[in-house]
Amino acid sequence: MDKPILDVRNLSIDYPISIGTVEAVRDVSFTLEKGEALGLVGESGCGKSTLGLAFLQLLRAPGRIIDGQILYHGNDIVTMKNDALMKMRGRNIAMVFQNPLTSLDPLYSIEDQFYETMKQHEPKITKAEAAEKAGKVLEDLSIDKKRLYEYPHQLSGGMRQRIMIGLGLILNPDLLIADEPTTSLDVIVEAGFIDLLAKLRREYNLSIILISHNLGLVAEMVDRIAVMYGGKIMELGTAEDIFGKPLHPYTEGLIGCVPNIKLDQKSLVSMPGSPPDLVNPPKGCRFSPRCPKCMDICREKEPELKTKEKGRQVSCWLYNK
Amino acid sequence: MKGLLRYAITRILLTIPMIFILLTVVFLVLRVMPGDPVSAMLGAHAPERVIEEKKEELGLNKPIIIQYFEYLGQLARFDLGESMVLKQKVTDPIKEKLPATIELTLWGMFFTLAIGVPLGAYAANKRRTGRDFGIRLYGNVAYCIPVYWMGLMMQLVFGVWLKWLPIAGRTSPRIMSSLFSNTGFYLIDTLLAGNLRAFGDVAVHLLLPSLTLGIVLSGVFVRLTRANMLDVLKSDFILAARARGVSEKLVVYKHGLKNAFIPILTMLGLQFAILLAGAVLTETTFSWPGMGRLLMERIYLRDYPTVQGVIVVFAIMVSVISLLVDLLYAAVDPRVKY
Ligand SMILES: Nc1ncnc2c1ncn2[C@@H]1O[C@H](COP(=O)(O)OP(=O)(O)OP(=O)(O)O)[C@@H](O)[C@H]1O
Ligand SMILES: [Mg+2]
Repeated sequence: MDKPILDVRNLSIDYPISIGTVEAVRDVSFTLEKGEALGLVGESGCGKSTLGLAFLQLLRAPGRIIDGQILYHGNDIVTMKNDALMKMRGRNIAMVFQNPLTSLDPLYSIEDQFYETMKQHEPKITKAEAAEKAGKVLEDLSIDKKRLYEYPHQLSGGMRQRIMIGLGLILNPDLLIADEPTTSLDVIVEAGFIDLLAKLRREYNLSIILISHNLGLVAEMVDRIAVMYGGKIMELGTAEDIFGKPLHPYTEGLIGCVPNIKLDQKSLVSMPGSPPDLVNPPKGCRFSPRCPKCMDICREKEPELKTKEKGRQVSCWLYNK
Repeated sequence: MKGLLRYAITRILLTIPMIFILLTVVFLVLRVMPGDPVSAMLGAHAPERVIEEKKEELGLNKPIIIQYFEYLGQLARFDLGESMVLKQKVTDPIKEKLPATIELTLWGMFFTLAIGVPLGAYAANKRRTGRDFGIRLYGNVAYCIPVYWMGLMMQLVFGVWLKWLPIAGRTSPRIMSSLFSNTGFYLIDTLLAGNLRAFGDVAVHLLLPSLTLGIVLSGVFVRLTRANMLDVLKSDFILAARARGVSEKLVVYKHGLKNAFIPILTMLGLQFAILLAGAVLTETTFSWPGMGRLLMERIYLRDYPTVQGVIVVFAIMVSVISLLVDLLYAAVDPRVKY
């Protein structure tokens, strides 16, 4: 097997704020193979977007990576210089954000925004060349290329969503990070979006990290799933394993909230208790206060993410005897 | 385009009631104020009979309400009337002084923006650094300084101590006034005449007063630009542009500043009235022969028609500027359509 495209090792991220430090991501490790799609799921506030932004070194202030490595084709993004980062963003790793409606600059035409992106990475490109390339990508995304000359407010939410993806793909990156790409779309557009991503994966051999709290969406799209809770990965495994025989009580709870993943289009519904306070996380396992199978040790010591069987990792004292 | 024209016409029509209300207030205030043109002209000790005759001649002995409607009737015929203290039409001094004030306010506006916007944008980009702090301090101080005090300080420093710049008037006395018969805008007139020495002289005279205005008003724009930029820089499209590898300079100044500029435009329209008020004070400080000084002089003389005429012209200037600002919106923001 090739070297993984992304190898995340012991990554921890903090947001120092006035009342303390938000421990948004703690000791996260996983790998992503070429062409693979990984789902990142978990309740709101568990650190999914923070993790996604870290791969581009674009944490919102005051976030900072305090420990760990993010190896992209073996190069550590954490220690990368600004110039190298700028070259990498968009060209190697692209990101599609949570809010397509506000992710395009309202004052510039779609063409301008494509041209700007391409020009940044290929300074010699002319406006005509850029327009032609962008037009092709738009047609791939089933948008009329005349739309290039329109402004964001003239386009529907679904179109803007696809344009964001087009902008992400225009430079042929090999890794796409999609953060809740469908939150503002209706069901039909969302289904179209899923087909589209599948097609792009086949055609461009794209690796994808799909961040979502929509388990239904994730189940349809990805090979493996990482379940996050309170800034940590609780369980990691193939989609079948995670849905078929969840190990971690939190995963069980998540899936329990979704009676039939095929029917469900809504985000996670309720699970008793609320997500942990990341400024003062609970002692021991971060899930222990809500865990139905909580044991004494869970309140004392934090479990580590251990390999249970091949391709299957879990962080829980039930399995860490 | 047709929508634009209709919009412009509607806006112009809407200024009529505004001017009407303004004039009514000015008309009443002038007449309630102690004193009148006749005693201002003849002094307090003139014989009763002469005063009465003069009042009769100027129509001042009629009831105020009649005077008011007569004046409105005159205005409806686009006639600002005649001065009550000098043998001239109200429009004569206005024609002469208006270019001076426009020249001063436009350059004042230029310096306001040229100082305020870049400083504010830069401060936002460097927020929480020493430079940001320095710029914010400048903004707050400039905002608090009274215009005339600033004018005096500028005169003191650049005129008296450093002797770099002239402190009064639009030109040096040795420049021939025949140069300025064309448009009344001295910068343009001297250029049209091809007289670069005179042009330089005019420019140098313009510098201190317009810089004074610019500095004082830039305070608001530093604060506004900085605050707006900080907001805009938090938006999703800024993060998205960064995520595509767009350089920091483009992100901040192309996307950030342009988006932050829309509220700045609004403020510009609003501040223009303040700019005019500032110009009145600046004109006094710098002996600038403009509308502001004309207004002050004629208020002392109780020259009712001229004061009213100047106010009408000021009101028209303010509405023209706010119309221009609205048109600029459409140029900057594709979402705005008229
Ligand atoms: N700029 C910030 N400053 C301070 N704290 C932050 C900031 N951004 C995120 N956080 C905190 O970090 C934690 C993780 O946030 P993050 O946005 O990564 O969650 P998420 O899993 O993406 O949630 P959602 O599903 O709601 O998008 C949260 O507790 C949040 O309050
Ligand atoms: Mg998020």
